[in-house]
Amino acid sequence: MRPFSLAAGILAIATTAAADTPVLTVYAPDYFASDWGPGPAIEQGFETVCACDLRFVTGDVLPRLLLEGERTQADVAIGLTIDVLARARATGLFAPHGQDTGALTLPVTWDDALFLPFNWSETAFVYDRTRLADPPQSFDDLLNAPDDLKIAIQDPRSSISGLALLLWVKAVYGDAAAEAWAKLAPKVLTVTAGWSESYGLFTDGEVDMVLSYTTSPAYHLVAEGDDTKVAAIFPEGHYFLAEVAAKLATTRQPALADAFMAHVLSDAFQGMIATANWSYPAVIKNGFLPEAFAAMPRPARTLFLSEAEAEALRGPALDEWRAAFRR
Amino acid sequence: MARGLPALILPGLAAVLVAGLVLGTLGAVAWRAGGLSALGPADLDAVGFTLAQAAVSAALSCLLAVPVARALMRRRFPGRGALITLMGAPFILPTLVAAIGLIAVFGRNGALNAALAALGLPGVAIYGAHGVVIAHVFLNLPLAVRMLLHGWQAIPAERLRLAVALGFGPSEVLRHLEWPMLRGVLPGAFLAIFLVCLTSFAIALTLGGGPRATTVELAIYQAFRFDFDLGRAAALALVQVAVCVAALLLARRLTAPPAFGAGLDRPPLRLRTGAALLGQDVLAIAAAAIFLLWPVGAIIARGLPALADLPASVWRAAGTSLALAAGSTALTLALALPLALAAPRHRWAELAAMLPLVASSLVTGTGLFLIVQPFVAPTALALPVTLVVNAAVSLPFAVRILLPDVRAMQADYGRLAASLDLRGAARLRYLTLPRLARPLGFSAGLAAAFSMGDLGVITLFSDGTVQTLPLALYRLMGSYRMDEAAAAALLLMLTSLALFWALDRMGRHADLR
Repeated sequence: MRPFSLAAGILAIATTAAADTPVLTVYAPDYFASDWGPGPAIEQGFETVCACDLRFVTGDVLPRLLLEGERTQADVAIGLTIDVLARARATGLFAPHGQDTGALTLPVTWDDALFLPFNWSETAFVYDRTRLADPPQSFDDLLNAPDDLKIAIQDPRSSISGLALLLWVKAVYGDAAAEAWAKLAPKVLTVTAGWSESYGLFTDGEVDMVLSYTTSPAYHLVAEGDDTKVAAIFPEGHYFLAEVAAKLATTRQPALADAFMAHVLSDAFQGMIATANWSYPAVIKNGFLPEAFAAMPRPARTLFLSEAEAEALRGPALDEWRAAFRR
Repeated sequence: MARGLPALILPGLAAVLVAGLVLGTLGAVAWRAGGLSALGPADLDAVGFTLAQAAVSAALSCLLAVPVARALMRRRFPGRGALITLMGAPFILPTLVAAIGLIAVFGRNGALNAALAALGLPGVAIYGAHGVVIAHVFLNLPLAVRMLLHGWQAIPAERLRLAVALGFGPSEVLRHLEWPMLRGVLPGAFLAIFLVCLTSFAIALTLGGGPRATTVELAIYQAFRFDFDLGRAAALALVQVAVCVAALLLARRLTAPPAFGAGLDRPPLRLRTGAALLGQDVLAIAAAAIFLLWPVGAIIARGLPALADLPASVWRAAGTSLALAAGSTALTLALALPLALAAPRHRWAELAAMLPLVASSLVTGTGLFLIVQPFVAPTALALPVTLVVNAAVSLPFAVRILLPDVRAMQADYGRLAASLDLRGAARLRYLTLPRLARPLGFSAGLAAAFSMGDLGVITLFSDGTVQTLPLALYRLMGSYRMDEAAAAALLLMLTSLALFWALDRMGRHADLR
């Protein structure tokens, strides 16, 4: 393959396709394009109902939109995480999604007019029950566990799950968050830039627990038939994380974009989220979750800070976090 | 002067391209931000940590490389060539893969601690500032060894014969032959490694154990992703460039010019040494081989079981990465040769060649995006941009590797070539390429391996349709498929190493000496 002719080919395809069927350009995170991500199923599902060509452009969604501003080619952005919504909203680039949020079956109230969640999970520490016989039963337990219990977490500056942990600690401990971090820091074997590196350390047996999601064990249960990976459920509650879709105000395909937003909540879309994203669909109906997935233990409380609260806490919480590791 | 203005056209173009890529993009980011933002105390901590770990890592890599390279130079044993090639492997490992290998050996649950526990000894912990240094020495010791080995090989056999005739012992050889050579090579090796370690990010964080190990590159990442503060990102990138320029000027002051004179390219002469030196050499080679090859072996052991299960898309991704590597290797050499030939006389050429080493990939990517976006959809440029950026990343190493031989060639043959009026293509064919075949092959091997391991552009340009091998590896990890990811890591290591080996060998084969 010659890269330059390939690039030229992509350009050529882009121009010819535009002439025939209407194109809906959807910005999405990189994992959408992977063989195991939800992208291919979404594309196929929507194209059967829209008589259009859905084209994913995957990569850094929000940075790209921020840099492009109103000149963006995107009609829809999908996969924005809720931690960036305040900044996404501030751009003024997004239009109302027009969907009935009453159909959502989230553990938190969601009535946002711009951002429509399509999947969700909660932060949790995941362990292997064959290796950790006596796991912490609560967040307090974890903080007071002996320091030879080693965990891997993600950096809040580079990872959404890392940032969610900051907010989780803040939501549970409030003004005592700094002390909580001081207790947790000695148990942190290491902090990785992204989730993948942490989870790799966990599966290689390098750490006893890893910061991940309440839905992580579902992959091992459903795809591998392995029931040894367990999310520790804490009575203090677990922090809510969701990914959303939103329509761009600048879209030149408003009708198609609206149709896509409606498609996001359709059975075809929501029904495949569980095993494509390994998270809960935003609308759970019968049969949407594999049996083992549905049978996983659920936290009694789901914690969630409002967008404004989270945005205001981000900076101070990061300083507390950094201070705890300086000692 | 024999080489007039026309000879400066090619290096000039190459320098403008590189400077535009590094400084132009930085300028675009700063312009978009409306200026540079002030740095906070956390940013200054990051600068301090970055400088300290890079200096310690580079110094240690260089110090350890001296006995290893000398031992490899002095000794001949079966499998020596293969060992030298294999010991080069860590340098071309993508950091993501290197971290897997290092943790498998030195980690809490690693082979070393298992061995220590079996012997009833206390375990070792790799996480912390020392872990960052261990990782950087692991990654960069091979470069230092190779650069020093080249230096030793460049001492003409005639000088060694003279040393024997004069009855020199090891200490006199060190003083009169080896020390001047080290003064010529070590500053450059230190500089290259120091600069590589400056921009380290993921491996420094993972093995550093927490935010104390924040590097400037991570601070830039934070400025982008956490705060979307382009002004601060540009200011931090500027700090990196300033450090690069300062380090380069310092290294130039400390580098001694080559003074061996031309030899007749006789086979190297091995000096007689005693049993004590033999023991020292065996120890140096064995220790380096264990340190460098054990993690490589661990990557093989971890990846082998799932290698056959890799989906076709991963093999296709390997093909894409190979094609990209071929293109960017050619571009690297096309940029490196003119710059290296101009560098001994024109400081700007060397400076331009070193710049990409400290370019933050995030800043470069964002700047390019800002520059091209008004004219063309950035995703349409994904492949050309990948090619150019990958070539730029390898350029500093290529020039660094070429420079000592270029200097020696110009000192030894420059006047002869001028008196024969050997210019243009003829000079390239009869003098430059034959004398530089060895370092050119080595540079090409590095460039190809680097391009293979690059995680790619800069996610701003990709549209997700073109999948490279490192991206496939990352996607496997991101979807819980850790065994297949380990296999993809192994595949990545093997293809990088094979490319490096083949190109390096071509260079050595073409060297008539």
